[in-house]
Amino acid sequence: MSESTLTAKDFATDQDVRWCPGCGDYSILKQVQSVVAELGRKREDIIFISGIGCSSRFPYYMNTYGMHSIHGRATAIASGLKATRPELDVWIITGDGDSLSIGGNHLIHLLRRNFNVNILLFNNEIYGLTKGQYSPTSQQGKVTKSSPFGVLDHAFNPSAVALGADCSFYARTMDRDPRHLKEVLKRGNEHAGASLIEIYQNCNVFNDGAFFTFTDKETKGGSTLFVEQGQPMTFGENKEFGIKLDGFKPVVVKMNEGHSLNDLWIHDEQDYMKATLLSRMFDVPSEGSMPRPFGVFFSNDRGTYEKALEAQVVEATEALGIGNLDKLISGNHTWEIV
Amino acid sequence: MKTTPQETKEITILFAGDSGDGMQLTGNQFANTNAFFGNDLATFPNFPAEIRAPIGTVAGVSGFQMKFGSTEIYTPGDQCNVLVAMNAAGLKSSLHNVEPQGTIIINTSGFDKKNLNLAKYNSNPLEDGTLANFRVQLIDISKLTQETLKDSDLGRKETERSKNMFVLGYLYWMFNRNMEGTERFLKLKFGRKPDILDANLKVLKAGYHYGDTTETFTSRYEVKKASLPKGTYRSIMGNQATAIGLIAAAQKAGLQLFYGSYPITPASDILHELAKHKNFGVKTFQAEDEIAAVTACIGAAFGGALATTGSSGPGIAIKGEALGLAVMLEIPLVVVNVQRGGPSTGLPTKTEQSDLMQALFGRNGEAQTVVVAPKTPKDAFETAFEACRLAIEHMVPVMMLSDGYIANGSEPWAFPNSKDLKPIVPQIARAKDYETEPYLPYKRDDNLVRKWAVPGTPGLEHRLGGLEKQDITGDVSYDPDNHQHMVKTRAAKIDRIALSIPLQTIDQGAEKGKLLILAWGSPYGAIKTAVKRLLEQGYDVSHAHLRYLNPFPRNLGDVVKNFDMVLIPEINDGQLDILIRNKFLIPTIRLCKIKGMPFTANEIIEKVKEIYE
Ligand code: SF4
Repeated sequence: MSESTLTAKDFATDQDVRWCPGCGDYSILKQVQSVVAELGRKREDIIFISGIGCSSRFPYYMNTYGMHSIHGRATAIASGLKATRPELDVWIITGDGDSLSIGGNHLIHLLRRNFNVNILLFNNEIYGLTKGQYSPTSQQGKVTKSSPFGVLDHAFNPSAVALGADCSFYARTMDRDPRHLKEVLKRGNEHAGASLIEIYQNCNVFNDGAFFTFTDKETKGGSTLFVEQGQPMTFGENKEFGIKLDGFKPVVVKMNEGHSLNDLWIHDEQDYMKATLLSRMFDVPSEGSMPRPFGVFFSNDRGTYEKALEAQVVEATEALGIGNLDKLISGNHTWEIV
Repeated sequence: MKTTPQETKEITILFAGDSGDGMQLTGNQFANTNAFFGNDLATFPNFPAEIRAPIGTVAGVSGFQMKFGSTEIYTPGDQCNVLVAMNAAGLKSSLHNVEPQGTIIINTSGFDKKNLNLAKYNSNPLEDGTLANFRVQLIDISKLTQETLKDSDLGRKETERSKNMFVLGYLYWMFNRNMEGTERFLKLKFGRKPDILDANLKVLKAGYHYGDTTETFTSRYEVKKASLPKGTYRSIMGNQATAIGLIAAAQKAGLQLFYGSYPITPASDILHELAKHKNFGVKTFQAEDEIAAVTACIGAAFGGALATTGSSGPGIAIKGEALGLAVMLEIPLVVVNVQRGGPSTGLPTKTEQSDLMQALFGRNGEAQTVVVAPKTPKDAFETAFEACRLAIEHMVPVMMLSDGYIANGSEPWAFPNSKDLKPIVPQIARAKDYETEPYLPYKRDDNLVRKWAVPGTPGLEHRLGGLEKQDITGDVSYDPDNHQHMVKTRAAKIDRIALSIPLQTIDQGAEKGKLLILAWGSPYGAIKTAVKRLLEQGYDVSHAHLRYLNPFPRNLGDVVKNFDMVLIPEINDGQLDILIRNKFLIPTIRLCKIKGMPFTANEIIEKVKEIYE
């Protein structure tokens, strides 16, 4: 099939989609199918790899190569695949439990190595598949099946984890904002390196409304900040607020009160220090709190593991010559018995 | 005055000193020189788990034992004819292993008060009659080394470090070997450090001349060349043979070799060896943990590479879940387990065969893999190659059970020519074969093997996973009958491998008789030596050695039933024994040794004699 004729539908499979009705996963699946169609990649060159969890059923619904693996290991599986097949387009589908709890180690190592893959982290702040236990991103105090008196654990901040592991691309988006979601997916796919895309995903069965503050009409204006490259940071229903940097401290200012756009923090995706400031804007939304940033926090090309590995193979071959099996078997010191 | 050398067929020699005394290097050099001369030999390094174990103590002794001779050699020897003790602890840890009237070469400077205390000697064994029944040669090696290098600019610490060369030179004199090989080796090793090179060469020669000029009454030995089969030989260690076997298989199969591994004793040398050979397109990946090492392999295998991983028991334990996934996916995967003493951290530098049950059953669910085991260091090449062949041609994970004794042991190897290695044919699905029919991931051939469709192949897109599969289509299925069918099919696929692997043969002895010694893995050499001697003494005994542990060779039942009794020696508490009893419903006799040490031939001989009493 020629690539130009592929549409989102061509990426759907004959399998029944088995998420709960109303689950945020549906929206993400739809956007991913449409993005891969628009990218014009061939179906056979795309691989979706997932771990375990609700989101991890994703590969069954993508008409590409795919693997639904074991809990927490999709990142490590993808690393091996990418190391040996650098030309493939590898997508990792994972959740907050899969990637930040049982698979936390593989996630940070993939990020620091910087394999060129896309990691879609479906964060619903709950364990859905096992029916409602708290996850590493659940907020402290949250009452769940396994925390009837409230969660004691301090919640993970995925953006801070990512930047702490020297992730070369981090973005945050939401299932309920398909336009933004699609844009971010495209950006992530364009990035040559590990792209961690955290997607706030509503689990309407076990954690309904966890992110509604960021999507509901009344609240979203004051609680969300959409960052864009080269643009001043403004938010509010009518962009009536701005964010200024007071040294290393972001402060909210009211526009029209002696502040102009020129005073505001201009978003620079290449600036690691400022990206870490964005990652720290992680208050539980409340009156007067900092808004939660969405969009591409950080994007930086720093060379991928698989390219470096290929280069080493080439270098070794130039230095030592193409491997000769008989020479390898005989080694350098032999003797004859006659 | 020259002494007349005493002609000897075999010599077992043990080097014992501090970890810092260079015993491994000295032993290896001595081994290489003898191999080059034309002796057959086997070596056994035995070192402490700590990198810098407490100096001067028995726990810190680094040993290197080897046997060489003009006959065929299968083990590093039982009792030593010659012991080199660099210090009191070296003597203390090894003296019980020296034959009566054996030769003991002693570095007297390692027997001062401090050394005696550290070795927990109450009186000096050099003076109190402890060594009365041995032929003792006292040499102040440190002093002679310092003397030799008195004009050198090197500091005392550095000159002291070359004292092992004095020993080596002395042994070359004692066994009438030439020093050229070691001289060449030193030039390569210290080429960029001329001071150190010069010192080592001088001390080596000084050791040789010391023997020549001073010890007029010392015995010298003459060990003639062995009449080994004609051919070109090299010296090979087990881990090295494993690594080369993996590369050879990848080359024969036309696949990229991927080795994902996390450092662990005693398997790390496989990683080190493979990392050197990137010019064969080998990709080594030092993963963040054992789980990542094996799951990266699963990704690489899905992508069409020959994916291999290596570890030891503790690492294999945490790879278990992923191995179950590989069983479910039915992809080629080779897992090398260089076994060590367990459980838990156990005895990292000591050998054991206690992971057989883990290899067969150490996963959740009914998750069979193929299991093979090498019997000697050089056999690790063929076994690794065979492990890859089975994995690739049968689309199945294969576990290779090596062990610390094989991994670090060395022996001469009449290596094969690459063109004589078996071909390996990957079961790759090509796009052109599916123009008229769809690719069904779990459709099987007569051997129950499915086709390997790798990403990048148009039209063959499919999804695999750890959930139970519908047969043929590979769709997720919770159907009860299908699950039973799939469990049985995965097992039957492994059973069918028995149809194509070689029949079990008898290594030595008659095909039928009173007593069969049945074993697997590294006890091979000790049993071979024992059975040879027992046959010479007229005992009715035979030896069969298994390479294939799952599936067993298809005639194994007939083989064991041809004997009245079956003795199973293992470096574990009786694991093969359980399998054989269970499978063939025969009584067996166990011989278990669980000391972190290999069997000696004598232990096998004694057991057989006891059975016959
Ligand atoms: S449990 Fe929650 S996350 Fe899982 S499918 Fe249902 S709604 Fe979606």
